[in-house]
Amino acid sequence: MSDRLPEEGFVGRGNREGADLFRQWFSELNRTAEQGGPSAYVFVMGSMCEILRTFNLPVVFPEINSLQTAVRRVAHEYLNQAEDYGYSPDICGYVKADVAVQLRGGEHPMGRIPKPSIAVLTNACNTYIKWAEIWERMYNIPVFTLDIPGTRAAGTQTWPGDPDFENDRRYVQAQITELIALCERVTGIQFDIDRLREVMGYANEMSRGWKQVLEFNKSRPSLFNALTDGTIYLGVANGFRGAPEGGRYFTNLVEEMAYKAAHGIGTLTEEKYRLTFIGVPCYPIFRRFNELFTEWGGTFVHSTYLWFASGGANLGFEYDQARPLESLAEGVLISVRNAMDSMFYQDRAIIEMVDSFHLDGVVYHPIKSCRTTSTGMADNRRSLMAARDIPSLFIESDMMDRRVVAEAQMKNRIDAFFEGLASRKQQQTAAG
Amino acid sequence: MAYAAGVDVGSTQTKAVVINEAKEIVGRALIDTGANVIVAAEQAFAAAINGANVQEEEVEYVVGTGYGRYRVTFGNAQVTEISCHGRGAVHMFPGTRTVIDMGGQDTKAIRVRPSGEIVDFCMNDKCAAGTGRFLGAASSALDIPLDQLGPTALRAERPVRISTTCTVFAESEVLSWLGKGKKIEDILQGVHQSIAARSIGLLRRVGVEEQITFTGGVARNIGMIEALEQGLCAKLNVSDDSHFMGALGAALFALDHVLARRVPVITGRPS
Repeated sequence: MSDRLPEEGFVGRGNREGADLFRQWFSELNRTAEQGGPSAYVFVMGSMCEILRTFNLPVVFPEINSLQTAVRRVAHEYLNQAEDYGYSPDICGYVKADVAVQLRGGEHPMGRIPKPSIAVLTNACNTYIKWAEIWERMYNIPVFTLDIPGTRAAGTQTWPGDPDFENDRRYVQAQITELIALCERVTGIQFDIDRLREVMGYANEMSRGWKQVLEFNKSRPSLFNALTDGTIYLGVANGFRGAPEGGRYFTNLVEEMAYKAAHGIGTLTEEKYRLTFIGVPCYPIFRRFNELFTEWGGTFVHSTYLWFASGGANLGFEYDQARPLESLAEGVLISVRNAMDSMFYQDRAIIEMVDSFHLDGVVYHPIKSCRTTSTGMADNRRSLMAARDIPSLFIESDMMDRRVVAEAQMKNRIDAFFEGLASRKQQQTAAG
Repeated sequence: MAYAAGVDVGSTQTKAVVINEAKEIVGRALIDTGANVIVAAEQAFAAAINGANVQEEEVEYVVGTGYGRYRVTFGNAQVTEISCHGRGAVHMFPGTRTVIDMGGQDTKAIRVRPSGEIVDFCMNDKCAAGTGRFLGAASSALDIPLDQLGPTALRAERPVRISTTCTVFAESEVLSWLGKGKKIEDILQGVHQSIAARSIGLLRRVGVEEQITFTGGVARNIGMIEALEQGLCAKLNVSDDSHFMGALGAALFALDHVLARRVPVITGRPS
C-alpha cells in the first residue's frame, strides 16, 4: 500500500527524472564508445534528431559535453589541453573542451564519448561550421550542413502558405532528403518513413510539453527556476528529442507544473523579484551564480537560453505525421529560425516576455567566448530600455572559462542591481 | 544630535565620513587601505569621528561600502559603492544625472534619477586600463608623484597617443615614448586622454545626460578633469570632497536608517 502524498511524487520529479535520463544517456554513449559503435555529432540549434533516430544513431551533443566539464569544475583542464595543442584562448570554450575530449580519446567526466560517424549541423551558429571541420579532419567523417534561411530583417517573418516561406521550405526539404541518403550510406540502414513518423510523434509530445512548461512559469510564485531547473529540462529536450522517454518526460513535467500551480508551490526562493536571463549561463560557477540572485529574493522565471538552446522547440511546433518530410522541413525551418531570432532579434520577444511574465528585471549575460550569442546584446538592451521602464543588468563572464569569471566583480554589480530594484520598489510602494 | 557614518573601503584607499542630521559632513578621514582591510576600516572610522569631535556611541548607524564593505566589521549594513556614489553625487550636486567615478581599480559610469536612484551603470571589466591604476603605472614609469601628474599633463603641447589597452603594457609604452625623446608632459597628456577615452566609452553605454559629476580619487587630478571635459564637451561637477563621495553616500544611507528608525530597503543584509 502506498501512503505517499501526491506532492511527494510530483514536486521535484522533473529534476530527479532529468538527472536519471542524463545518466542513462551518457551511460549509453559510454557503451557505444566501448563497443566502437557509430554515433552522430549534432548541435542544440537544429539537431535533426528526428532523422538520426530513424537510423538508430546515438546522438552526441558536444556543446553539452563541454558545459558538463565546466559544471563539474574540470573545464580548465580541457581548455588548457586544447590551448597547449595550439587553439587560441580567444575562441569558443565549447570547441576547445571538445577538442580536448577528442585528444583524450573521448575521456569525459560522465564517461567515454564515442567517435563520430557523421556530423550534422545548421548555420544557426557560425562556429558550428568550423567546429565540425575539426572532426571531419580528425576522423575523416562526412559533415552535413543544413542551410536554414533565417529572418531576413526584423519583422519580416514568413509563414506556411506565404510564397517565400514555401520556397524556403522546399529548400530545407531538399537538404533533408540529401541527409537521409547520407545516413543510409553511413549506417547501411534503409530509410523507413513510418519509423520517422513514430519519432516525430515523440518529438511532438515533447514540443507540446515544453511550450506548456514554459507558459506555466507565468504563475506567481514561479514554479521553476529557468536557469537551474530549466537547464536540466533543456538537457532532456536535446538528448531525448524524438525518443519515447523524452516525450514521456515532458508529459510528466507538465503534470508536475500543473500540480505546483494548483497548489501554489514555487521554487525555494522567496520571490521578491521576477527576472529573466538573457544568454548562456555561467557554468564555471553555475550554482553560485544563481545564488547571487536568489540571496536577494530574485528568481529567474524565464530565459532566452530555453528558447535558442532548445533549437526553437519552445514554439511547440507539432509535425503533421501525414506528410512527414514536408512537415519536418517546415518545423526545422520555423524552429531553427526562432532559435536564431532568440539571439539576433531578441528585443521584441523580450519586451513581450517582460509584460506576460510580469518581470521586475532583465539580466544580460554576454560571454567572452561566444560572440554569436553576445554580439548585439548591448543594442538589444538599449532597445528594451527605450520601450519599457525596467531595470536591467549587464554582466560579462564566460560559459566555460573560469579565468574570466571574477565573482567579486560580479557580486558587486549584482548587489547594485538589486539595490536599485529595492529602491524602486520602495518608491513605488511609497507612491501607492 | 544624531550622527551617521559611511566607510568606503576601496582597493587603494579607505575613506570615512561622519554626517549630522542636517546631512552636513562633520568629519572625514582618508588612509591607505594596505593589507589589513579590517584595520583600515577601523582606523578611518576612528579618525573621522575624532575629526568630527563626536563619540563613537553617538554614531547611531554605520554603512560600509566599497570592495571591502563586508570587512567593516563594526558596520550595520553594506551598500555597493555604485549606489553610494550615485546617492552622494546627487546630494552634493542635485542636478546630477550622470556620475563618473574613477577609483584605484574601478571606473564606473552611473546614470541616476533626481532621487538618486540608479537608472543604469557600467564598469570596466577585468582590466584596470581606464582607472587610477593606469595613472599609478605612469607615475611609476616617469618617476613623478601622483599629485603632480595632472598639472604636468596640462603643460603638454603635442600629446602622444597611448595605444595600449593594458595597464601593464602602458608602462612599457610610456618608456618607449621616453626613448623616442618625447616630452614628459606630452606623454602624460596622452595617458590622461587614453584613460578619458575609455571612461567616456563607459559613459556612452549608460547614456550621458547633464549634469555630470566626477567622483572618486582621480577627481582630484586636474589633468583628468580637463581631459574628460574636452572629450565630453561638457563641464563636470567636481567637489573638494569628490574623493569622499562613496563614503558620503554610505553615510546618507545610514542616516536614512537613523531618521526612519528602520533598516532602509536599499541596504543589503545587516551584518
